[in-house]
Amino acid sequence: MAKKIFPKEDVCVGCHLCEVYCVYAHSKYKKPNAKAHELVKLYIKHKDSKPTPRILVEEKSGTWTTFALQCRHCDDAPCTKACITGAMKRLEDGRIVCDEEKCVGCWSCIMACPHGAVRRGENKKAASKCDLCLDLGEPACVKNCPNEALEIKEV
Amino acid sequence: MKYVIIGNSVAACGCIEAIRKVDTQNPIVVISDEKYRVYSRPLISYYLGGKVDESKMYIRDEDYYEKNMVETKLGKKAVAVDFKNKEVILDDGEKVKYDKLLIATGGKPFIPPTKGSESKNVFTFIKFDDVKAIDEAIKNGAKKAVVIGAGLSGLKAAEALIKRGLDVTVVELANRILGSILDLEASRIVQDELEKHGIVFKLETSVDEIIGDGKVERVKLKNGEVLDADIVVFAIGVVPNIDFLKGTELKINRGIVVDNRMQTNIEDVYAAGDCAEGYDFVFEQQRVIPIWPNAYNQGETAGYNMAGVQKTFDRGFPMNSIGFFDVHMITAGIVVPNSDDIEVLVKHDKEKNTYRKIYLKNGRVVGFMFINSIDRAGMITNMIKEGFNVESIKHRLLDEDFGYLDLPKEIRQEKILGGAKA
Ligand SMILES: Cc1cc2nc3c(=O)[nH]c(=O)nc-3n(C[C@H](O)[C@H](O)[C@H](O)COP(=O)(O)OP(=O)(O)OC[C@H]3O[C@@H](n4cnc5c(N)ncnc54)[C@H](O)[C@@H]3O)c2cc1C
Ligand code: SF4
Ligand code: SF4
Repeated sequence: MAKKIFPKEDVCVGCHLCEVYCVYAHSKYKKPNAKAHELVKLYIKHKDSKPTPRILVEEKSGTWTTFALQCRHCDDAPCTKACITGAMKRLEDGRIVCDEEKCVGCWSCIMACPHGAVRRGENKKAASKCDLCLDLGEPACVKNCPNEALEIKEV
Repeated sequence: MKYVIIGNSVAACGCIEAIRKVDTQNPIVVISDEKYRVYSRPLISYYLGGKVDESKMYIRDEDYYEKNMVETKLGKKAVAVDFKNKEVILDDGEKVKYDKLLIATGGKPFIPPTKGSESKNVFTFIKFDDVKAIDEAIKNGAKKAVVIGAGLSGLKAAEALIKRGLDVTVVELANRILGSILDLEASRIVQDELEKHGIVFKLETSVDEIIGDGKVERVKLKNGEVLDADIVVFAIGVVPNIDFLKGTELKINRGIVVDNRMQTNIEDVYAAGDCAEGYDFVFEQQRVIPIWPNAYNQGETAGYNMAGVQKTFDRGFPMNSIGFFDVHMITAGIVVPNSDDIEVLVKHDKEKNTYRKIYLKNGRVVGFMFINSIDRAGMITNMIKEGFNVESIKHRLLDEDFGYLDLPKEIRQEKILGGAKA
């Protein structure tokens, strides 16, 4: 069973730093212990479209409520069952990942994900979703949220 | 105990994966008349269009069968099932005994009786071998294509063929393209996009005769028009691939009739996917729902039950996610209202070229059609599945940024925090 990240909307300030760290953590510039100021220096615009964070801060004008949502790594993940290429799959440790090389951008996973947690990635070529920072060992959003509004738990 | 599966596509995968979650011991045998390991049918148009190569056609890793302890009999066709003696008879005479059988033979192309349809360079568009043959014809110089049928697979074929540089004409009997998933307004948006890329449409007519000296040269339409053609692709639809089971005690209506455990009327015999007729939760009737996620879910349910774990699947309904060039659409459930008590919400933003239409019944979503505005559509699909009452938030559903913030806090938290199950 995979670990899951839980957002705490009562303390989320809507700063979007999780999105910034997420983009950074999934870029080729990633460094495990980067701080915000380094990140600004390191990130070079390298593609013709804006990088997509794998986390989504929900906020609406006129409300104070904000929170950051990402893939729930569902036990019975509908995205994997709808995927026509096998790109969206469960790893042995339980996490759900998208093999972006294999993905053809058919968006069947968007059709199936009950949380709206899959986004269309850069240049709308492949699905972009939270992989719990596979390469870093620990999710960058959780680690860097200034108000500890994200928590990772095994459930 | 021995599990046998006829068919080697996504329903079979669902079945194998469910069985192996609960039974890591007993043998599974998979029989398929195709020689390939499990590949994606929807990807054949991507292959033909040059977007994926052969290595990416396969939906599971190379060691899939080995890892799951599956014995495969590929390139062998099941020609009969002896339900009394519990054995499947193959075209080479081999008999395969089973204790639990899954029939997952999918669909086969429907070709209306047409003069000349036996000619060379007349193709269907279902299997890997179909597109390999079309590819061959293109390499041999085919320049003009006529596609019969403007449904999902016909248009995917047309898109791939135009990408390959052919002249493409699509012939469709109905007054609009994608009639099974789009209304007139929405289909116009998609047709405009396809026409922009050079595809020519002949609507409200169909093929009368294929003309040529053993090989396609022209296609005569019912409206009298004659089109030059080097290849013809029939993509009118699929019908359950169950001819070899007709006349047996197996209960067949349009497809093999199954209950919500995917059990047929014969003990220990299950069916799933495009060959099966299960319950459509939105239409509230038994139907064949020939789509990928449904095939997986049905196969998975069958697998659990075959392995002795009681699970039901009673939330099947049609849903589609498809794109042509830069137009993407997601549709689900009812897309053409079928009764008076259906409320319609619609928003067509001509500037952005987006279209959102939602059907409600008793305050619940029963269908939707989103074009070029598809982010988070799964939340709506899930609302159909859950029968979620949207009365208080219904106009927000048309907005592109609809999200969890539109739900009351308790419900939102329940879905996010507890909802990791989905
Ligand atoms: C071009 C195309 C595009 C599509 N795009 C989409 C899409 O984008 N989204 C979506 O949801 N769906 C799509 N579909 C539909 C989807 O592919 C099917 O719903 C799905 O493949 C059904 O899976 P299945 O396991 O029921 O059977 P199938 O995929 O039909 O496979 C059945 C298998 O059984 C074998 N078989 C049949 N009879 C026998 C026999 N007697 N003996 C041995 N073997 C046998 C067949 O050869 C085949 O290998 C598309 C289909 C096509 C053709
Ligand atoms: S993408 Fe969606 S459906 Fe898939 S595991 Fe994540 S939350 Fe669940
Ligand atoms: S968009 Fe990619 S990951 Fe999502 S279903 Fe399609 S192929 Fe699979």
